[in-house]
Amino acid sequence: MKLLTHNMLTSKIIKGVQQGYPLGITATKVDVKEVDFNPDFVSRMIPKLDWPALCKAAEDVGHSAELPKEVVPEYETNEEFLKKAHHVLLQVEVIEGNLVCPESGRKFPVNNGIPNMLLNEDEV
Amino acid sequence: MSTPLKIPKVLLEQYATTTHIAACMLHTIQTRYGDIEGKLVADLGCGCGVLGVGAAMLGCGYLIGFDIDEDALEIFKGNLKDFEIDNVDLIQTDVNSSLSESNFKKSFDTVIMNPPFGTKHNPGMDMLFLRSALDISSNAVYSLHKTSTREHIKKKASDWGVELEVVAELRFDLPNTYKFHKKQSVDIEVDFIRFSHTAKKRR
Repeated sequence: MKLLTHNMLTSKIIKGVQQGYPLGITATKVDVKEVDFNPDFVSRMIPKLDWPALCKAAEDVGHSAELPKEVVPEYETNEEFLKKAHHVLLQVEVIEGNLVCPESGRKFPVNNGIPNMLLNEDEV
Repeated sequence: MSTPLKIPKVLLEQYATTTHIAACMLHTIQTRYGDIEGKLVADLGCGCGVLGVGAAMLGCGYLIGFDIDEDALEIFKGNLKDFEIDNVDLIQTDVNSSLSESNFKKSFDTVIMNPPFGTKHNPGMDMLFLRSALDISSNAVYSLHKTSTREHIKKKASDWGVELEVVAELRFDLPNTYKFHKKQSVDIEVDFIRFSHTAKKRR
């Protein structure tokens, strides 16, 4: 699971959970994979992102040093910034671990890079 | 060719999208509407990823595949590795119960899907998928539905305030996938439909 996916994911589906966001990450295996840099795409994603949640996720997986704490002005033309965002959004990947609901503490296992968001019947 | 599922599960209506149909769909989505290249795309009920892998090959910005079935997702994962695709992520989830309520609301530019038609054990399943797809998309949803249900789908689209365009009528060749299939192979008529949110915006 890449952090771009994590940035969009919630545990609001659990009965009684209000926001369920952002999900905590406890990772036992994190990979960094080379992914083609597409500045236009990254630039278009920036306004859709929850930046503080991205910073928190980067911190959880030990890659916060590579990410600016805030979105810079005129990021569209700032290649250095876009490259850093690209790296954290698309190249850092949680392979094994858990996503943790911030309200209920419910854990969603990540196996082979795929988060399992399925709930038990009594949770929906 | 991507690897298909070895033992399809009847309850999930796992009829594979043939690579030919997938290629025709994706080619049209890109060349006629420009809705793949550089876009944030979701593939609902992605299965082994015939549509998802194709969309990645056509240069989508990023794609997330959603499916309930772990085995299908593992095969999708293997296909990604084989094709050296690195901008696709997969989530195991129940498309019907979990997507509308989630933070994925309106995030995706484009949703592509070949939903379960809802014929055998899951009546109305394709419409539940469609509702989720519309909830998480900001621009367009591309989907396949049985031609025999076209009027019903038109009415639903109108109720939901989205535009509908039948892009093509396909003949879907369902090979003898499951034990209850008596014939070797059966052709069914399927509509390839584009749903768009533009009507809503113009109002």
